[in-house]
Amino acid sequence: MNTLPYFVLIPLAGAFLVVFLNVLTRNKVRVISEILANVITLALFIMTIFMFNKSGMYVIGKWVPPLGINLVLDGLSGLMLSIVNLIAFTATLFSINYMRRYTANNYYYALFLLMLAGMNGVLLSGDFFNLFVFIEIASIASYALVGFGTEADELEASFKYMVMGGIASTFILLAIALLYSQFGVLNMAYISEAIANSEFNILLKFTLFLFIAAFSVKAAIIPFHAWLPDAHPAAPAPISAMLSGVVIKTLGLYAMIRVMYNIFGFNGGNMLAYMGLISIMVGGLLALGQMDMKRLLAYSSISQIGYIILGIGLGTKLGILAALFHLVNHSVFKSLLFMNSGSVYHRLGTRNLDEMGGLNKVMPITGGTSLIASLSISGMPPFNGFFSKLLIIIACIQSGHTIFAFWAIAGSIFTLAYYMKMQRYAFFGSLKESYKSIKESPFFMSVSMIILAILCLATSFLLIPQLRDAVLTPAVEVILNADTYKALVIK
Amino acid sequence: MTNNKSGLSEIVKSVCCWIEGFIFLFGCYIVLFGHLTPGGGFAGGVIMAASFILIMLSFGKERTDKLFPRTRTTLVESFGALLFIAVAWLGIYYGGGFFANFLHQKFGGTPFTFLSGGTIPISNVAIALKVMAGLFLVFYVLSTHKVILDEDISKTEKDK
Repeated sequence: MNTLPYFVLIPLAGAFLVVFLNVLTRNKVRVISEILANVITLALFIMTIFMFNKSGMYVIGKWVPPLGINLVLDGLSGLMLSIVNLIAFTATLFSINYMRRYTANNYYYALFLLMLAGMNGVLLSGDFFNLFVFIEIASIASYALVGFGTEADELEASFKYMVMGGIASTFILLAIALLYSQFGVLNMAYISEAIANSEFNILLKFTLFLFIAAFSVKAAIIPFHAWLPDAHPAAPAPISAMLSGVVIKTLGLYAMIRVMYNIFGFNGGNMLAYMGLISIMVGGLLALGQMDMKRLLAYSSISQIGYIILGIGLGTKLGILAALFHLVNHSVFKSLLFMNSGSVYHRLGTRNLDEMGGLNKVMPITGGTSLIASLSISGMPPFNGFFSKLLIIIACIQSGHTIFAFWAIAGSIFTLAYYMKMQRYAFFGSLKESYKSIKESPFFMSVSMIILAILCLATSFLLIPQLRDAVLTPAVEVILNADTYKALVIK
Repeated sequence: MTNNKSGLSEIVKSVCCWIEGFIFLFGCYIVLFGHLTPGGGFAGGVIMAASFILIMLSFGKERTDKLFPRTRTTLVESFGALLFIAVAWLGIYYGGGFFANFLHQKFGGTPFTFLSGGTIPISNVAIALKVMAGLFLVFYVLSTHKVILDEDISKTEKDK
């Protein structure tokens, strides 16, 4: 467990080191920040591989909880850590070529690492106030990254994101203040223990309501989604990949699951499932009408988050397993799709589907990986999306909600429809004369897309019992049994 | 020393010349005695930044450009953050835990005296550097930079 602080320490130090070294070299050597960021994210990813199926607590500054701050690692945070750092690595690899079009690269990498430090902190924090601080670190870094291009629409999207994110953060802070006023501790495990031993009064219900509303904004669940279709397309492509791939899941879903299931011991009846069902259909229908490639992907994220929420909302073991599996898969293929759109934008300078066509002929790697990702997200065998969606549907039927299952299948058909539309407009069809001289995307961009495309197939193997028991089952057990989390901290 | 062309009137400049050093010194005091009296890195850093902001308001940005140019500010800011992280990190090796106060463990010290805080004064100095440079940079950027959008340009062209 001694490696836990390094997940926050390394990216945080890296962020300031990037700026420091760049000022020392007078911003002349771009490659320093690129190498530093890639080495850090790769190192963190390798470290997370050893974190599977481990659990424990790290006490900061030798101050024992409930007075001190602690970091907690369990199955759920281990799973999320690995996926966050994996996507972060591919995104930094992608950034090497992609970010050459922007100035002030060092600030980009500094903000990126800051966001990563924030997310790792959220996943490991065992203390409510630190959870809030890390959520703010990650959010504020992402506000700045969304507006990184400083064009009018990017700044507008960033401002909108900031206003909505700010309201959500205020709700979280208020909820934490209410909890602190009632129990006098901020440690999550101790608060969980106190809630279990006290009456579930109106104040606690209000607190829970504040938390769910705030995390729904961060996870962009309909009707709290308004910022996402603006913010995700406006960001640079690797940041869109991070935002859609892991940020909404870490700041929104992970925090919501942790607070609802582990702290409050509240599974919400079918509330989450209904929110999921609305998100699936509305997100899908809105995606269908988009002609902006990244906006289509952004609406698709809302729809897919709906599937995850639906699975978790069912509250059964299979449902939660399927939801977590879909969460992992969605991180992989949605990041890949955003990178594909970035690759197309890098060469064509447009995100409008009308202006594309026949790109498979000139960009085979982008086209091929995008086809794999589209098939995965639409739920085509043998790709990972098929298995996770199938499991969600089986879980719906198993828990006696056949209508939910049909609804999820209908949503999946919509998914297939708008991804086929995207493929048809962008990669198939006839190539325009002016685009005949276009080349495949640069080396590092292609490499990171190929890595994620291979993962689209490889993550299917997570269902093999041995792998499942090592990776997914510990996370499911943490969600289903609140006592395992408490037992890690309170001894 | 004073440049009549930029900044505010001579009276303001003279008063500023007298008090800027004291404000900065007071900021240093708040930082260094942060572990004994109310205040600390953040509050002291804000006061130190206020002294630079005062100079900028009364003398104009030319003087602060000389005194505290942007590259140096960025360097100080990053250095503050790195120093803070380094102190926390050294705790792992010498104190047995992240953020452990290894100096206090080793040297102790009488409570309520200056040298009783261990690593806390160092962390306070680090935070003060970060806050001072950061806050001053925010003020500097907001007061000297302006984002001009394409729409604004076309609008002014239309007006012409």
